[in-house]
Amino acid sequence: MTLRVHDLAHARSGDKGNTSNVAVMAYDEAAWAHIHKHLTTERVMAAFAHLAEGPVTRYEVPKLRALNFVIEKALAGGVTRSLRLDPHGKTFSALMLCIELPDD
Amino acid sequence: MIKTANRRNTVRIGVGAGMADDRIAPGVQLLESSELDYLVCECLAERTIARETLNRRRSPQLGYTPMLEERIRAFAPLLREKGVRLVSNMGAANPLGAAHASRRAAAEVGVHGLRCAAVIGDDVTELLRTHPDLRLLDAGEPLESLLPRMASANAYLGADVVRDALATGADIVMTGRVADPSLFLGVAMHHHGWSYNNLPLLAAGTMAGHLLECSVQVTGGYFADPGRKDVPRLAELAYPFADVGRDGSITIGKPAGSGGRLDRMTCTEQALYEIHDPRRYITPDCVLDITDLSFEELGPDRVRVRGPRAAPRTDTLKVVVGYSDGWIGSGEVAYAGINAIERARLAADIVKERFHLDGGQAGEIQVDLIGMTALHGDTGRTQDRPEPYEIRLRIAARCPDKRSADLIGDHVRQLNMQGPYAAGGPVNLGPREVIAVDAVLIPRSWVKPEIVLIDKDPQ
Repeated sequence: MTLRVHDLAHARSGDKGNTSNVAVMAYDEAAWAHIHKHLTTERVMAAFAHLAEGPVTRYEVPKLRALNFVIEKALAGGVTRSLRLDPHGKTFSALMLCIELPDD
Repeated sequence: MIKTANRRNTVRIGVGAGMADDRIAPGVQLLESSELDYLVCECLAERTIARETLNRRRSPQLGYTPMLEERIRAFAPLLREKGVRLVSNMGAANPLGAAHASRRAAAEVGVHGLRCAAVIGDDVTELLRTHPDLRLLDAGEPLESLLPRMASANAYLGADVVRDALATGADIVMTGRVADPSLFLGVAMHHHGWSYNNLPLLAAGTMAGHLLECSVQVTGGYFADPGRKDVPRLAELAYPFADVGRDGSITIGKPAGSGGRLDRMTCTEQALYEIHDPRRYITPDCVLDITDLSFEELGPDRVRVRGPRAAPRTDTLKVVVGYSDGWIGSGEVAYAGINAIERARLAADIVKERFHLDGGQAGEIQVDLIGMTALHGDTGRTQDRPEPYEIRLRIAARCPDKRSADLIGDHVRQLNMQGPYAAGGPVNLGPREVIAVDAVLIPRSWVKPEIVLIDKDPQ
């Protein structure tokens, strides 16, 4: 079975201007080690490439077993201007959890 | 009400709203059940003030949060009975108007003589007109480019204005733009006599505020994933409170036995909400560092928060600039069964062509297939987006004028007869005037906030 971020972590997305941030929090230490190794900015940018210009910056908060991805130019001009159905990118956390990871 | 000695060293700050149209009942529940000292209602999204500025231009007595009166009528009797003071940014574009409206609304439910303080001075619109060289943070261009279309400009004020407003003895404090966590830190600064010299205490008050500012987002809202992370009694989500000690200790709580959940996981999600660099969350009061944060579950509905740190506040304040940016129009229609997707695509092509034939103007037209590509976009790979049995087509257009924005929706609405067969539920969602926002940074010294105490009715 394919391993996805959803199997390892939960996530929450937020917005500021035209920037989206998606925090990804591992359920346990093993899951943390796995997402820390495999959930790279490259994988995230690939998943969001058709939605965001980027760049993507990854921040780490090990004590909370969390990665925080800041995705720039991600909201089609920002919450207030966007033509999208989800101008805030509230659903981006769900896209993050769909990302497939290697299982080693 | 007599507070115990222990409680004097701890201030209990509850949440009465986390957005302008948030539910009222959980605020009443918190007031009734939880022995609050203060109730904070956070009601301003980024663009709210710009929209309220336009409302105030049309009706000078308006410009504050439309739900203000309803909220005050519900809360005022309990505020008085329990000795709880209210702090809110419901003032939006008219804090003075909000202070007067609060007194009137309270009087309507028999609570007379409330003292209401208004915080003014966040509005820097006229000041900015003389500084066209300021750089817009999102657009990267000089402010000059949107000055002709500027609707509002409001600086994020800090906790000091809330502290000073409470020092007047006001029962209710109404502000315009104040940074969300600052509403809470200001309460703690007033209650405990904290100063800007003690960074660990600023960190504590800001952290408590950040966890609470979105109401239910720390008590089980924006969280449930059925079967993976469930939230008990989600329909009865409760609002949170924070116990903030004089020494900077923080415990987050919710009413005993209430709905929702409050634990390490909900707190972790909210701690990172709308944070960029976790070492540098900039507020008007400090630069918060949450990298050493930890949560301890003390029991059901109680979480101890440890480890926030802070660096001194920056020399600048962030200003949200609202500006007119044309109109957006949209419409939706649905298809189902064999060939549904192809019919939806054909319908979109028809609408776009007809819109141009009828002289509609649009800088950008967006076509979404709700059920396939509307939320997470179209990757162009068919294996990513399997075809559903039913599809709802959505077309949205950015237009320079209201007529065009209405026209695009009309053409979608007419698809029941004027497009492919079997079109269900067509609707024109109507033209919407766009108030966009960007931001600039200005020197702190440019902003001169004032407190006005309203304790009698206008002559």
